[in-house]
Amino acid sequence: MSDIKKIKDDYLNKLNNDLNIESLNQIKTELFGKNGKISNYFKKLGSLPTDERKKFASDLNSIKNELQVKIDSKLQEIETKEINSKLENEKVDVTLPEREFIRGKIHPVSQVIDEISSIFSEIGFSVEEGPDIENEHYNFTALNTPDNHPARDMHDTFYLDNNKELLLRTHTSPVQVRTMLNGKPPFKIIAPGRTYRSDSDQTHSPMFHQVEGLHIDKDINMGHLKGCLNYFIKSFFEVDKIKMRFRPSHFPFTEPSAEVDIGYEIKDGKIVIGEGDKWLEILGCGMVHPNVLKNVKLSPDKYQGYAFGIGIDRLGMLKYGINDLRAFFETDYRWLNHFGFDPLDVPSNYRGLSR
Amino acid sequence: MKFTIGWLKEHLDTQKKDNELIEKLTNIGLEVESFENLSSSLDSFKVAKIINVEQHPNADRLRICDVDIGLDNTVKVVCGAPNAKKDLLTIYAGPGSVIPKNSMKLSVSKIRGVTSYGMLCSESELNLSNESEGITELTASKYSDKIGKNFFKSNTEKVVDLSITPNRPDCLGVRGIARDLAATGVGKLKKILLKNSKNNGSQKIKVSITKDKNQGCTAFGSCLIEGVTNKESPKWLKEKIISLGQKPISAIVDITNYVMLDLNRPLHAYDADKIDKEIIVRNSKKGETFEALDNKEYKLDEEMCVISDKSGVLGLGGIIGGTRSGTEINTKNILLESAYFIPRSIRKTSKLLNIDTDAKFRFERGIDPQSIELGLSKAAELISEICGGKISNFDIQQTDKHEKNKIKFNISLFEKITGFKVNDNEIIKILTDLGFEVSKEKFQLDLKIPTWRPDITQPIDIVEEIVRIKGYENIETLEPEKTKIKDTLNAQQKLFHFLQRSVASKGYFETVTWSFTDSKINKLFKENLKEIKIVNPISSDLDVLRNSIFTNLTFYIKKNLDRGFKDISLFEIGPIFKDSKPGEQLTVIGAIKSGKISRLNWNEKDRVVDVFDVKKDVIQTLVEAGYDRQSFFVRDESPSYYHPGKSGSIYVDKDEIEPVAYFGEIHPNILKKLDIKTEGLVGFEIYMDYLRENKIKLKDLKTNFKYSDYQKSERDFAFVVDKNFKAQDLIEIISSIDKNLIRSIKIFDIYEGENIPQDKKSIALNVTIQSSEKTLEESDLEKINKLIISTVETKSGAKIRS
Repeated sequence: MSDIKKIKDDYLNKLNNDLNIESLNQIKTELFGKNGKISNYFKKLGSLPTDERKKFASDLNSIKNELQVKIDSKLQEIETKEINSKLENEKVDVTLPEREFIRGKIHPVSQVIDEISSIFSEIGFSVEEGPDIENEHYNFTALNTPDNHPARDMHDTFYLDNNKELLLRTHTSPVQVRTMLNGKPPFKIIAPGRTYRSDSDQTHSPMFHQVEGLHIDKDINMGHLKGCLNYFIKSFFEVDKIKMRFRPSHFPFTEPSAEVDIGYEIKDGKIVIGEGDKWLEILGCGMVHPNVLKNVKLSPDKYQGYAFGIGIDRLGMLKYGINDLRAFFETDYRWLNHFGFDPLDVPSNYRGLSR
Repeated sequence: MKFTIGWLKEHLDTQKKDNELIEKLTNIGLEVESFENLSSSLDSFKVAKIINVEQHPNADRLRICDVDIGLDNTVKVVCGAPNAKKDLLTIYAGPGSVIPKNSMKLSVSKIRGVTSYGMLCSESELNLSNESEGITELTASKYSDKIGKNFFKSNTEKVVDLSITPNRPDCLGVRGIARDLAATGVGKLKKILLKNSKNNGSQKIKVSITKDKNQGCTAFGSCLIEGVTNKESPKWLKEKIISLGQKPISAIVDITNYVMLDLNRPLHAYDADKIDKEIIVRNSKKGETFEALDNKEYKLDEEMCVISDKSGVLGLGGIIGGTRSGTEINTKNILLESAYFIPRSIRKTSKLLNIDTDAKFRFERGIDPQSIELGLSKAAELISEICGGKISNFDIQQTDKHEKNKIKFNISLFEKITGFKVNDNEIIKILTDLGFEVSKEKFQLDLKIPTWRPDITQPIDIVEEIVRIKGYENIETLEPEKTKIKDTLNAQQKLFHFLQRSVASKGYFETVTWSFTDSKINKLFKENLKEIKIVNPISSDLDVLRNSIFTNLTFYIKKNLDRGFKDISLFEIGPIFKDSKPGEQLTVIGAIKSGKISRLNWNEKDRVVDVFDVKKDVIQTLVEAGYDRQSFFVRDESPSYYHPGKSGSIYVDKDEIEPVAYFGEIHPNILKKLDIKTEGLVGFEIYMDYLRENKIKLKDLKTNFKYSDYQKSERDFAFVVDKNFKAQDLIEIISSIDKNLIRSIKIFDIYEGENIPQDKKSIALNVTIQSSEKTLEESDLEKINKLIISTVETKSGAKIRS
């Protein structure tokens, strides 16, 4: 008994020393190896008298366990130490730049179109599209703008043939005509897209974007038009209150017609929408002219409703503080990077339009 | 349309302030563009104060004054006046001012080495007096609080500028504007007072309107004024003409212009002595010519409405007069014309001849045919008053009586369209004030439309009149209903949005470029598509519609490279055009990438962009959009603007006819032709119209979730194949051996060179084998192993590399 106690004490002492993994293995072998000190005692167990055997076996086992536990903890200690010292040598300068990533951008016009679609989706509109090349019938005549109408002069039209039969659409309104000819009422659509006029200066660009709106049913009146636009403008500019003014105007394809102004002020050189006493014209609208309804084979006695047209680029300029319309289409990498949106920023009802 | 408030008040009896009238105009649809003083050359003379005086270093008689010119501005002015002293109030003229006395224009100048910004003026320089000794001295009591203000009070009245919509010709005259305002209740429309001057004798020049086909004139009124003395206009008339920014010419011309602006009644004055016998209003004959008042010679076509005499054409009716019969300062006898020309005819003729005049602008929109007599009376009265002369009776020839049109208006239509109610009496009052003759019959109004309103033809026009005058602010704002008729986006539109953001998420900047382009660049990309010319392009380098997105993308990538950017990724999604008919367009994504990957990176080696970069981007985009990579088929065919050896086309399925995408390096010749300097230029295009909607919806795919937990095994092979043998075919051969067992095939090495014959290459691949029914045993694996080798060897002529 005292022998094994001594072995225990000796080795516990040894194990308290600073050891490396080799010397620990050495100790393990000395104790529990084939001819290890503890192993040998186990071998001897059988030769002991029965009455002593039980007690000795129990002592031996507890000593064995004690040593084993010590060795295990020592092993862990050594391993931790070794990992720690290894880690110390592996230290890198984490302030070095990360691996390169490239980030794409969505053009503000696309972003604004998505914002508009999201807002109108909420109030039941669907999106329609039409061709960029139109014939004069869809672009003008069907929209109650016959050939001898002076309003045609206000559209500086790009023509594709000398008979002025084929042209680049000057507005998105022909989509109204196509939609109504191809479907059955009620109609509740918006139609965003490219439009073209041969006009080019600081505020005009030969190509720009419009969104057309059309809601035709049995009893849609100017109150619905006002409500729809009020909702849209408030949602788009993400403000609670908006000052809006409907002014009588004239478009051949709507009657009564209106232009809509919104209130704004200049604060610190920037336009703030919704406050102030200045007015900014942002869109044209009105009740679809009975002649247009007749042209698409709808009876004006049965159906009525409103239409509107909004300049998309201009909305984007106002919302995001872009000064120059022409810059939209000049593909300056710096401009695209600055004004572009992350592709993950999908405007939606539940996440909001913008961050 | 310009006018002054004073002029307006000649027709409108009102107590309202200017600003109220201005606001009202906008509210009834007569949009006020501006309301301001015409800037005067005297506006640049300001009250100023000398706050400091110093001796000029280089001139004994000159001094340098610091002058307070208001709004916290002080300027340095070199001045020679002996009376210039501190605290003196005087008159300052800034650079750009024109000195009234000698018409000298001031500029910033150096006087003996010292810069002087403008000058301090003497009374004589301003034509105030003959006092030329020293600068003007202003009394402190009167001027000390006016520093910075204009010295000269503006004596010009403020001018209103309206933008009149094309449907409202009546408001191209001041009277029409006054009538609209009166209808809103801000005042009363005054009666036109004509002195009942007696007209004597008949109009001696015979006038006839021929019965030509499409005759453009339906009424021609005239009178003769004999014995006039044409002269400069009197002050009041000159001021009226000047206040609108026009130039007075002579009394007769100014009077006809004045009546036109006042009543929207264009007139024309002929020198009666220059008319050969009679006036014939007829259609022109092809080839006839005449010299117009703009001093241009016009060659006429058939069927243009001309005013002629026995000798030929005098003028184009309602558009422009001719030099042969024009009035001059010594004109003695005048024939005054007041006529009606049909808008369509005016428009046609002026378009063909490309003439734009004030008269044309008005006749084209529609002149009141009933204003012929009024116009003659008013103008003749003024002419005889100013120039003397004897007025003849009026001669009026007409082929159409121009009676008032009638409309029946159901009152309920107003509420149906506008959503609110106005009581019947108010409706009747508004319409009456606007000049309608109204009689009520139960729920209906019988209306006679005033002849100055050619725009009003049907009941909806009446609704507009009432709501416009009543005010749009009365329309309620109804909460929008959220009912949906159909999905916001259709499948193709959803795909558009998805692809757009998918491509952007791969590091490309989206751009939007013109749908038109430079035909010279377009030629490089158009392939066999038709060139679509724009008849009237905005500039010669934007002369065709684009046949490819790459035309503009390559142009702009060059611009950005020239700005010093190197590694650029751009894309655009939009239309390209196949033909010049509606609908002959395709929606295409074009993406382009230049330069290097990992340029100047401390832990990765840089490399030039290559075909597999764009292949990855295009394939990943298609896969993200829901197309199955396993069924894609790549061919090494592509349009000619790609590098022939480093480009390809992608089919979503082997059997499809049209490829959905192209990818590859851009042809080096194109870089050369466009002078694009970069290490590498690659791109891809996706043709959205050829992407069919997936037959199986994603939501249905989700419900079918199968997986295997049995052990996977991997085996490596290396096959030696012909150099031009395609990896895609090798993969196809292996995967079709047993689609249930062969889960994936990865190519991990391509080797050419030592130990491989010159016309061969080695493809090393790793095949993952897994059963969904059991754990495969070594013998099963060995079997499939052998099958792979034998199948590949027989089908491809390859040899397993040992």
